[in-house]
Amino acid sequence: MSELTDELRRGFWEVMTLSRAFDDAMIALYWEGKLPIFQFGAGPLPGELHCSNGAEPVGAGVCAALSPDDMITADHRPHHVAVARGVDLNRMAAELLGKKPGLSQGKGGHMHIYDPAVNFASSGIIAEGLGPAAGMALARRLQKRPGVAVAFIGEGAANQGAFHEVCNMVGLWKLPVIVVVQDNEWGVSTAKSESTAVERNADRASAYAMAGEWVGTNDPDDIYLAAVRAVARARAGEGGTILELKTARLTGHFMGDQQAYIPEQMKQVDPLPLYRAKLIRDGVMTAEEADAIEARAKERMARAMQFAKDAPYPDPREAFDHVFAGEAA
Amino acid sequence: MSDRILTMSRAGREALDWEMERRPEIFCMGEDVFKFGGIFGTMDGFGAKYGPERVISTPISETGFIGMAVGAAMAGMHPVVDLAYIDFIGVCYNVLLNTASKTHYMSGGAVKVPMTLLIGTGGGYNNAAQHSQCLHATVAHIPGAKVVYPSNAYDAKGMLHTALRDENFVIFLTHKGTAGVGWMGTPIRTTLSEVPIEPYTVPFGKVRICRAGTDVTITGLGMSVHEALKAADALEKDGISAEVVDLRSLSPLDRDGILESVAKTGRLVVTDEDYLSFGVSGEVIATVVERDLSALRKPPIRVTTPDIPIPFSRPLEQAILPLAGRIAEAARRLMA
Repeated sequence: MSELTDELRRGFWEVMTLSRAFDDAMIALYWEGKLPIFQFGAGPLPGELHCSNGAEPVGAGVCAALSPDDMITADHRPHHVAVARGVDLNRMAAELLGKKPGLSQGKGGHMHIYDPAVNFASSGIIAEGLGPAAGMALARRLQKRPGVAVAFIGEGAANQGAFHEVCNMVGLWKLPVIVVVQDNEWGVSTAKSESTAVERNADRASAYAMAGEWVGTNDPDDIYLAAVRAVARARAGEGGTILELKTARLTGHFMGDQQAYIPEQMKQVDPLPLYRAKLIRDGVMTAEEADAIEARAKERMARAMQFAKDAPYPDPREAFDHVFAGEAA
Repeated sequence: MSDRILTMSRAGREALDWEMERRPEIFCMGEDVFKFGGIFGTMDGFGAKYGPERVISTPISETGFIGMAVGAAMAGMHPVVDLAYIDFIGVCYNVLLNTASKTHYMSGGAVKVPMTLLIGTGGGYNNAAQHSQCLHATVAHIPGAKVVYPSNAYDAKGMLHTALRDENFVIFLTHKGTAGVGWMGTPIRTTLSEVPIEPYTVPFGKVRICRAGTDVTITGLGMSVHEALKAADALEKDGISAEVVDLRSLSPLDRDGILESVAKTGRLVVTDEDYLSFGVSGEVIATVVERDLSALRKPPIRVTTPDIPIPFSRPLEQAILPLAGRIAEAARRLMA
């Protein structure tokens, strides 16, 4: 499990290209109806859209270290984690378009992705996935069932009170929780150095009797190996880990973010071409194989997008359904 | 039927104990619950009986542990969380507002959050502005949260059974003065009930007519029910027949039940220990006015805590609470 096999690494490339294909397709659709006058609510893909371009190695590397029993909460930027976890791609695409066959029948949208079949949930409120993730781990302990919970947050979320409260309880109760801090350097327009007293959030782990690890490469190989170590500690009853992963945010906080606040020396690097070159260099795959995998990902995404576009909208009366469980829907 | 007379505290404890004995998915968490058994003794003795795994005393981290309860509920448990005083919702309101109440809806029904949040409300015992509020409108305003508010022992047991069997996020409110706990003096007589030993449920969304009358309807909830009952006793001496309606449940709210009583009496006094504006008292009146304006012979009167922070000093606090004297005076004005 902890060996970096060729098969595993090709899998990372598959997952990352599929995630990128998902976001690129959504970005293209997002601008339909929003030009020349930009308005969040216009077009076939309305609302805010926070894309994961640049963060694909995080989803690919961490999710490969997990088993189906494990549980995930993601945040307002959930696509790369959801794709890597195997969330139903057709239904996720349909959800982004607000369609009836969407994961939430059009009630969630892109920040609220739930797929219980793969133990995946997300929340649009910063740091709000931390408590639920720790609670899922607690539930498994009470149920005497295996399961590690992973909360994916951004580096900005590490400054929320919930981070302190939950990490303290994870350490106190030695809960099998991994807090993945995705450091993409920016909380909207606020740089990490402008918001965070310490350079690395992983260093905060010592305050909570958790393990802390930092990976600075945005490379799925390194991320995977660190995640495997964190999962092993959690499964062995050694408690939680704050796993901070330096990553990238190539398409801004959300679509429409011009990112004029990013200085030239902080321009970020796309991890996908780097990883592609690395795998070719290491003899894991040829350039042709890499391209073929990428092409298959785009085709897969095209089918998902077609499914979403062809799907019907929910009936307006359905707005009143699902406020409560156990009521006629 | 038994002839056991119980306090709300003991009655609620019976319900939780019965359900916990039979359902391993139920567990308790909150500050001091293991040693103290919860603010109302709902978990009294549970630490010894069920152990620290199922009766979890938490750090003072409401955002953290209520967020954890939501996650545990999503993963198949039914947490019962003690938040002590409703004044503390400020430090965890996001969990209530955006997560516990909205996950089922935002997931299109794919994810359920069955959990019960026990909260104490209210003042009248000189605990000042940060430990005396009712704030029930503040939580009842959240779509996706059920909010119930028993005011007597029979309802406390039956509604807690209902809450524990509900698949949703239920906020279970109890006015501190009604619970019959040791630190609040002699229990109020009208909070005590004959409580069957066997389990039973009381449905949410049904008012309870505590006292039938023909001249004026007085609606209340929590402590204000008991002030209304005192007022009704006084009014009876004046020859005024007051009907006292316990709302019992804010979400869902029994709008038909409210209107039914007002249609009978034609006069309405709405009592509420929560703040006056933007709250339950306005909602009750709006319900009647929207459904049948002709049911009212006189404009209704609200008797509530005014829009000021709760003062500490006894004469100051007593002056602003919606006590029986103010309620009776309002009813007399309607009869004049």
